[in-house]
Amino acid sequence: MKLANGNYIRSPNRYSWWLRQGRYVRYMMRELSSLFIGVFSVMMVWGLYRLSQGETAFTAFTDMFWSKSILVLSVLMFLFAAYHSYTWFIVTPKAMPLKLGGKRIAAGVIIGAHMLLWLLCSVAVWAAFVYGGAV
Amino acid sequence: MSTKTSILPVVGSHHRTLEVEVLRYDPDKDDKPYYQTYQVPCEEEWVILDVINYIKDNLDRTLSYRWSCHMAVCGSCGMMVNGEPTLTCASFVRDMPAKIRVEPLENFPVARDLIVDMDSFVEKLSSVKPYIIAADERTVEDGTFTQLPAQLADYMSYTHCINCLLCYAACPQVNLNEGFVGPAALALAHRYNLDSRDKGRSVREDVVASNAGIWECSFVGACSEVCPKHVDPAAAIQQIKIAATGDYFINFLMPWKKSKNTDEASSGGGK
Repeated sequence: MKLANGNYIRSPNRYSWWLRQGRYVRYMMRELSSLFIGVFSVMMVWGLYRLSQGETAFTAFTDMFWSKSILVLSVLMFLFAAYHSYTWFIVTPKAMPLKLGGKRIAAGVIIGAHMLLWLLCSVAVWAAFVYGGAV
Repeated sequence: MSTKTSILPVVGSHHRTLEVEVLRYDPDKDDKPYYQTYQVPCEEEWVILDVINYIKDNLDRTLSYRWSCHMAVCGSCGMMVNGEPTLTCASFVRDMPAKIRVEPLENFPVARDLIVDMDSFVEKLSSVKPYIIAADERTVEDGTFTQLPAQLADYMSYTHCINCLLCYAACPQVNLNEGFVGPAALALAHRYNLDSRDKGRSVREDVVASNAGIWECSFVGACSEVCPKHVDPAAAIQQIKIAATGDYFINFLMPWKKSKNTDEASSGGGK
């Protein structure tokens, strides 16, 4: 679009701009992950509601997860949640530049500590489910 | 867009011939930009800017672009190279494919050929007051400010900005939201906020912590990836977000603290 002063505005396509570069695709996937995490949250709230209705209702809810479409959705939700968490922890040193004894802690240490904590928490939750009798 | 091709004979010994597609636009003649292709004989150690200079000197005198220092200090020669915001004096031909496309920086109006109109940036930059705002007016008799090396280290990396505008060309939010203050200006605001000599944070906050400021940023992170001086504007903006959120809750929970905070800066020289 040519302006009155002679300058020309080249605007990238409003809908497909993010497909041009890997970094924009990765960003949009991170943003898209919130949809899947939102669906997962709704399902969890729904599960709590079914639990409040008694055992039969809750069993029907958990049985639903073995249907093929819900399985596929679950795998997708898991992958997007994992990717979202990864992108979250990878940028922690930017938002939180920590110092120890007047010196900056290396970015890799901050990321590593978060990732390790994430792994430990995941293992703890998994163990609680498997050995705690929830499954 | 139409393509005008000029194939000129290759002269002298050279490392490789680069096919260079350059965006051309003359506001007096053209209704819209077009691409023109040049065959450039390159030396092994050339940077992209050398290629552009070769075109200007030997192939086409009408080509317009900005450059000055040729050593990644002045920040004038930022261009899109194969769609990537690039400081052309700091990016080597040997790392490029056989064919490259050179365009003016995105997210700015094109004034002529590879020159963009950067007025919007200059306005945004001055809006964040990128200079030291002291708590008290100082006279010559007061002497210089003192600062410890550790205090200098707090903001040093943010002083390296050369205003090359690569971060603005890389940022999708700058493209989608015209009013967004943008990465470099916010990083410089952060640089002064972090400076131990400066007491102007709450003065800058009107612009910096507004909707058009940090809250327009959705942490794409592209600004930091393309920055040739490793300024990391994305980090600066996230840190301002955290500080601004802290301010909000402190003002909400302890309103009496607010007055003290604003007094310091808005009264300027008040004693």
